[in-house]
Amino acid sequence: MIALKALSNNKLRGFLTMLGIIIGVGSVITMLAIGQGSKKSIQAEISEMGSNMIMIMPGSNRMGGVKMSSDDMQSLKIQDYESILEKAAYVQCVSPLVQSSSQAIYGANNTPTSAYGVNADYLEIRQYKISDGEMFTDQDIKTAAKVCIVGATVVSNLFTNGENPLGKTIRFGSIPFRIIGVLESKGYNSMGMDQDDMIIAPYTTVQKRILAITYIQEIVCSALSEEYTDQAIDEITDILRSNHKLKEDASDDFEIRSQEEMSSMMTSTSDLMTTLLAAVAAISLLVGGIGIMNIMYVSVTERTKEIGLRMSIGARGRDILLQFLIESMLLSITGGLIGVLFGIGAAYVVKFLANYPIAIQAWTVLLSFLVCTATGIFFGWYPAKKAANLDPIEAIRYE
Amino acid sequence: MGKEVIRLDNIRRDFKVGDEIVHALRGVSFTIEEGEFVTIMGTSGSGKSTLLNTLGCLDTPTSGEYYLDGVSVRTMGKNDRAVLRNRKIGFIFQNYNLLAKTTAIENVELPLLYNSSVGSKERRERAVEALKSVGLGDRLLHKSNQMSGGQMQRVAIARALVNNPAVVLADEATGNLDTRTSFEILVLFQRLHAEGRTIIFVTHNPEIAQYSSRNITLRDGQVTGDVHNDNILDAAEALAKLPVQND
Repeated sequence: MIALKALSNNKLRGFLTMLGIIIGVGSVITMLAIGQGSKKSIQAEISEMGSNMIMIMPGSNRMGGVKMSSDDMQSLKIQDYESILEKAAYVQCVSPLVQSSSQAIYGANNTPTSAYGVNADYLEIRQYKISDGEMFTDQDIKTAAKVCIVGATVVSNLFTNGENPLGKTIRFGSIPFRIIGVLESKGYNSMGMDQDDMIIAPYTTVQKRILAITYIQEIVCSALSEEYTDQAIDEITDILRSNHKLKEDASDDFEIRSQEEMSSMMTSTSDLMTTLLAAVAAISLLVGGIGIMNIMYVSVTERTKEIGLRMSIGARGRDILLQFLIESMLLSITGGLIGVLFGIGAAYVVKFLANYPIAIQAWTVLLSFLVCTATGIFFGWYPAKKAANLDPIEAIRYE
Repeated sequence: MGKEVIRLDNIRRDFKVGDEIVHALRGVSFTIEEGEFVTIMGTSGSGKSTLLNTLGCLDTPTSGEYYLDGVSVRTMGKNDRAVLRNRKIGFIFQNYNLLAKTTAIENVELPLLYNSSVGSKERRERAVEALKSVGLGDRLLHKSNQMSGGQMQRVAIARALVNNPAVVLADEATGNLDTRTSFEILVLFQRLHAEGRTIIFVTHNPEIAQYSSRNITLRDGQVTGDVHNDNILDAAEALAKLPVQND
């Protein structure tokens, strides 16, 4: 309470001193909130795509010493898909994927889009929903039926006068497709791809009628749940290696990517950003701390006489040390508290004005608070020690 | 007579100034008994301040023994002396040394803050009591900058008394006050003396010696005079005789 008294005697100075800490803590919290927010939104979008999703692509491989681009590889066959479907215990859904890009045409309208040849499980894996109509059946796959499900962007591009697209026939390239369903809109993903700009058709149709190929470009599956992703990957690897009759020492001729890897890949950039922002903010906290040290020094010099008096009436060195230490801690803690509020406020302002995703996490608030308390002790120690070591005889005569 | 409060045995204090050694005290010996009102006189450079610092346990002698209330101070460490000051000594300074922007009662409470055996309730009660005893019962909550010099010195005296010290050490306690207020303060000191307090009053004003029970004169670091005053003047009378100022 001595410390409180001393501070209240010099409110403006106390506030100015705290300002450094306030800005420091505030900016740490705001920066982390922005960083964490963008990371979270990326993660959310990825899990929207299916957090347990596993993608199998043909791997780049050597063919007679020439390294082939993975696009040219035709190592994935429909048999691979069937084996995974049969044998893999940790895999819940599996779908082949063949893709073709072309112009979709309806009446006078046309739009460039992609057709994805898949099976009915694809919707489950990618977490798409049909808002209108229905999914194609196994029968459609067997017969390579010319039916399709269209995304919202395709609908809005082709059916400009608000017609109901269900039952209409569009052309994709030269092949006519009858629309049997419309996808629920998913919007853009974090990489800026329009997830509604697509046509889904039976994979047999895309394979035979559009691409005229027998291999498949990709297999997508979903693990039983996110935790089983690694087991599922191991299982798939074993199945594919035995299918492809790869020798023990041969490298895989396919590549498996899980959504988990994708997400860590994509969040690593935002992690780096967060670290950089936090580092800059931490420096301002340091500067704030030095400000406290500076003011405490001035305060000790200014109050030399008071220190002398306190000592002559019985204050021990450690009483004086404690008094000044508490004072500097009080400055930094109060500054820290205001900074926390200020930081949270600023984060919400950013959210409100710039429509930026933010996430304030308890640990960032706690951490910056602890750091600023530690700053108070650290930078308060030296001036306090100086005060405690004053000679009472000289101190009381100090003018 | 009463018990010995202070005993100085051949106290020497040397200071090293550059290459030279300055002998501030060259063998000072005296004892002060409980209930004495002693003035210590001396010109500047006589070793008065050094003696005061030694008596106040702020400084330790180079050689010789100093017993305060039976305790040897010379070998004590810094912290022990701080505690000793807190319990046994009440300081009164020439320029009051009150905390700025702080109420009278908080100033008086200060010594008890450093005594953990005194709770906050008792602290307040004792501070109020001490302030009442110096005639400031109606100014408990006045801040130090709202008071006159005489009032501030009374607060300082209350602060010196609040820990019920073995000895009150006053350093030119009237030096900053006008004649009238000086006498008022002297009246207070005489009353404390009458109540049985042991008071040491360091001054260079010979007039004050007339109101004390004993006068020790210091010169060049040695005691040159130690006189018991058989004819103590009454400060209250002197105060009454002063011309009344109407301003």
